[in-house]
Amino acid sequence: MTALLRQKPHDEQAVDAAGASAIAVENIVKRYGTFEAVKGVSFEVKSGEIFGLLGPNGAGKSTLIRMMTTLIPVTSGRALVGGHDVVKEPNAVRHMIGVIPQALTSDQDLTVEENLSIYAKLYSVPKVQREKNIAEVLEAVDLTKWRGAQTKTLSGGMRRRLEIARGLVHNPRIFFLDEPTTGLDPVSRIAVWEMLNNLKKSRSLTMLITTHYMEEADRLCDRIAIVDHGKLVALGTPVELKQSVPGSNVVEVQFNREDPEWQSRLQALPGVTDVQSQSAGVYRVLTSNGSQTTTQLVEMAAGLGEQLTSLSVQNTSLDDVFVHYTGRQLRDEQVKAVFQMPPRPGAQP
Amino acid sequence: MNRFLAIVEREMRKFFRSPVLMIMSMMLPIVQLVILGHALGGHVKGARVAVVDEDLGPQAVRVHEALTAVAVNVATFTTVPYADEQQAREDVRTGKVDAAIIIPAQYSHRVYAKNAPRIGLVVDNTDQIVSGAIESEMQSLVDALNQPDVPKRVFTDIGLRIVEIYPFVEYMKYLLAGSIALAMYISVMIGGGMLYIDDKARGVHEGYLVTPISKLELVMGLNAAGAIKAVLSGICLTVIGSMMAGLGTIFHPDAVLNLLLLILGTSIAFNGMMFLMMVRVDDPLVPRAMFGVLNTLLFFPSGAISPISQFPKWLQKIAFVDPFTYAIHGFKSILLKDGGFVSIQSDLLFLFAFGIGTLLIATPLFKRTL
Repeated sequence: MTALLRQKPHDEQAVDAAGASAIAVENIVKRYGTFEAVKGVSFEVKSGEIFGLLGPNGAGKSTLIRMMTTLIPVTSGRALVGGHDVVKEPNAVRHMIGVIPQALTSDQDLTVEENLSIYAKLYSVPKVQREKNIAEVLEAVDLTKWRGAQTKTLSGGMRRRLEIARGLVHNPRIFFLDEPTTGLDPVSRIAVWEMLNNLKKSRSLTMLITTHYMEEADRLCDRIAIVDHGKLVALGTPVELKQSVPGSNVVEVQFNREDPEWQSRLQALPGVTDVQSQSAGVYRVLTSNGSQTTTQLVEMAAGLGEQLTSLSVQNTSLDDVFVHYTGRQLRDEQVKAVFQMPPRPGAQP
Repeated sequence: MNRFLAIVEREMRKFFRSPVLMIMSMMLPIVQLVILGHALGGHVKGARVAVVDEDLGPQAVRVHEALTAVAVNVATFTTVPYADEQQAREDVRTGKVDAAIIIPAQYSHRVYAKNAPRIGLVVDNTDQIVSGAIESEMQSLVDALNQPDVPKRVFTDIGLRIVEIYPFVEYMKYLLAGSIALAMYISVMIGGGMLYIDDKARGVHEGYLVTPISKLELVMGLNAAGAIKAVLSGICLTVIGSMMAGLGTIFHPDAVLNLLLLILGTSIAFNGMMFLMMVRVDDPLVPRAMFGVLNTLLFFPSGAISPISQFPKWLQKIAFVDPFTYAIHGFKSILLKDGGFVSIQSDLLFLFAFGIGTLLIATPLFKRTL
């Protein structure tokens, strides 16, 4: 567990919850039978910030968000949203939050405006206010000219924007987005990021976003919590998290021949802080000086009469942060997750 | 109230945007009404009966005359002359003819001698309906042949005079009540069962659950919408089916009111039952898999196709708790007999009590969380 995960005393958290913290989660646990999906997670989200929960599928991100949005009961621990306990005052929490689920759930047979209107009614927004809110959110997500269109005629990106508008139609203070750009093409994804940034500024929203996209977390979030196997393994700003990983550059190298000695030879190079073995003779070398390590690595290979198949130098990314804290790559976990779905609520693992 | 209405509004907008639900919910009952209405309950006509006359005497001629009278008048069967009894039996077995009548040698002699004359009838009893009709017709024919030429001095044949208080009811009319109930059941099954679970699986309910809507508002909203859809299906099928079956009851204002009450009661009963069954189901395959089983279990024992009194005791017990039974009894009472409110009171009582009862059980089972 990293030093970035400093636990605050209980009374201090309570003060935060009533004051600047929009969300305060304290040692929260979710158990399905004997399977523990969330294992005592604690964190706070400050008012007005975009907070990211980053982790692979099945890490417990959605379970966490579902507990905070009153969708599933909390096994133990406490979560305060807008100062209200999600267990004791669920309705007060529901009034304060907007939630965008992972799936696109707007009714395809209904128009954009009808979808928004029905959700505004579910929040008992008065008629005059409802019409004003609908016009505003449509403007905010750039769907005004599509307000009369049936949802099934919209593209994936537009439907995601409609979902976001739906979550905002009652003017919530805190906005939960569960993997808001999953399934979108890169252009639509960037458009959604820009829109969320604009919304944060224009509406003073607090946002909690779950994602398994490193770039999304890096570009969008003020702070990020890395979740793995139901635990919080790291928490901080993207910059803090990257700085917490030894080495500021990553050299990725592939040798044409597999040799068990490579690991120790690479580790011995000056400036190298960590060496991670990948498949088929590929190594990720974390170093404090990328250019110097690259030169020495090439010289070492030439001296041994070995050939390099590929070589690249990158700055430390959140991917490296994830590897550092969890011991594996997020990308691999996503591939596995395609074949291994998270357990259903109530099911035995 | 606003939230409850929002759920109803959403469901109804979806319903009217996809009329396929309404069409599909009425398709099966209408097809059933037309096909079964014409296929069942009618008289057998034009069966082919082989006649083997091994007697060729004057009494055999009387039999031929009687058979010709049947063929010309009620037309239950037509006769085909055969010379060989074995061939006739073989043709019954292979289905070339439906039955064979054997007038044995010495038949006329035995009639005159009062020596137990017999006419043979060979039937294909794998088809109970055709063989039953031929047997019945032949029994009437034999009874007629047995009448004495000179009337008895003391009249001993006591007859039973049947008084039918309603005009002859064609089977299609008899079936209409079941078809209306079936249309409403399918509407509830698709609109209240399958779409409800599909919405759950798609995450639509997740969207509801993060709003401040209460459990009661949500349950009542979903059920009210389901009941409205079933009422619309019921009204449509009552009108279309009555016109197809040639029933004019729907033009009597009192009958219309009673029918509307029945449709409403049936909708609430079916919807409550469906909601109770689906309240904890998450898998969209479950309602689809249950559809056929439930249809058979509820529709057939209800008296829609044949009277409940024909059923064994265990099946009658199912009919006793089956809302279809009361819906169909009520619809028949109004559509076929114009029996008035008195004739449907107990049906309405059961349907409303059943609907409210199932909803009262289902509501606490409904989870406000995922």
